Amino acid sequence: MEGDIASMGQFIGAGLAAIGSGMAAIGVGNVAANFLAGALRNPSAAGSQTATLFIGLAFAEALGIFAFLVALLLMFAV
Amino acid sequence: MAEEAHSEGGLVFHPMDQFIVKPLFGEGPVEWYTPTNVTLWLGIAVLCTVALFVLGTRGRAIIPTRVQSIAELAYGFIYKMVEDIAGPDGARYFPKIFTLFVFIIMTNYLALIPMSFSPTSHIAATAVLGFGVFIAVTVLGFVKNGTHFLGLFWMSDAPLVLRPIIAVIEVISYFVRPVSHSIRLAGNIMAGHTVIKVFAAFAGVAALAPVSVLAIVAIYGLEVLVAFIQAYVFTILTCVYLRDALHPGH
Repeated sequence: MEGDIASMGQFIGAGLAAIGSGMAAIGVGNVAANFLAGALRNPSAAGSQTATLFIGLAFAEALGIFAFLVALLLMFAV
Repeated sequence: MAEEAHSEGGLVFHPMDQFIVKPLFGEGPVEWYTPTNVTLWLGIAVLCTVALFVLGTRGRAIIPTRVQSIAELAYGFIYKMVEDIAGPDGARYFPKIFTLFVFIIMTNYLALIPMSFSPTSHIAATAVLGFGVFIAVTVLGFVKNGTHFLGLFWMSDAPLVLRPIIAVIEVISYFVRPVSHSIRLAGNIMAGHTVIKVFAAFAGVAALAPVSVLAIVAIYGLEVLVAFIQAYVFTILTCVYLRDALHPGH
């Protein structure tokens, strides 16, 4: 039970930043779920849209990675 | 980056130690000319690329060998992607894009070998790739289209009132591109490797060891997938940016 208030702030902040990663998981799930729903309605058009799917996944995922980066910076760099 | 390890009880966590750049020979400060583990694994990636694409396709067989068909599949896959997304005139820039893809996928896969080092987990490495693409694409856009390239930010089919607001948002999103482009790759690779190391630390407790080994196997499988997807996503976004530069009016 030692430590100062600054490192407590670091750990709390890193934990809060981890929420962002979870939110990104929701976003990625949304992209994949909607793609699957659309693909099952019209399977013949699905193949040509895989590239769009990956672009969407990448954009949704990048923001979660940003949150993860904030957590890492708080833990190791500050 | 990881001077302090957090150790509590019997568990010793050093998840970030695998990303430390060390000199290959002896100790001492890392200068720009020092051969480090980054140099070593970048060199191995280049050698593997040469082995795959130069030695592998040297036979030029009608019925390809296994290595030759891997090289041909990779070439055809990326060529089709560039043509589909950037358009037929984007195929001129295929060599650069293919080089990016092969470099990233080679370093990603070599990083999955135990005890190896992953150059793409460093933002310094991926930022060079990301900003390289960004600068090349911006210069190319101005050279090809002149001031018409600025039409990328000034949406002429939006209502006049909204156009300045959209322009501000578009400019911001344009300049965030290289940052997100490079951090996405580095962040994904770094996150995956860190998770594997965290589970490896749990193997120190006998009761947790079987779960930890199973988890490492599962995450390793995921990482094999992520290594490919991140190389694919990096290349596909390069194609998207290239398309914006070649045809800014959509």
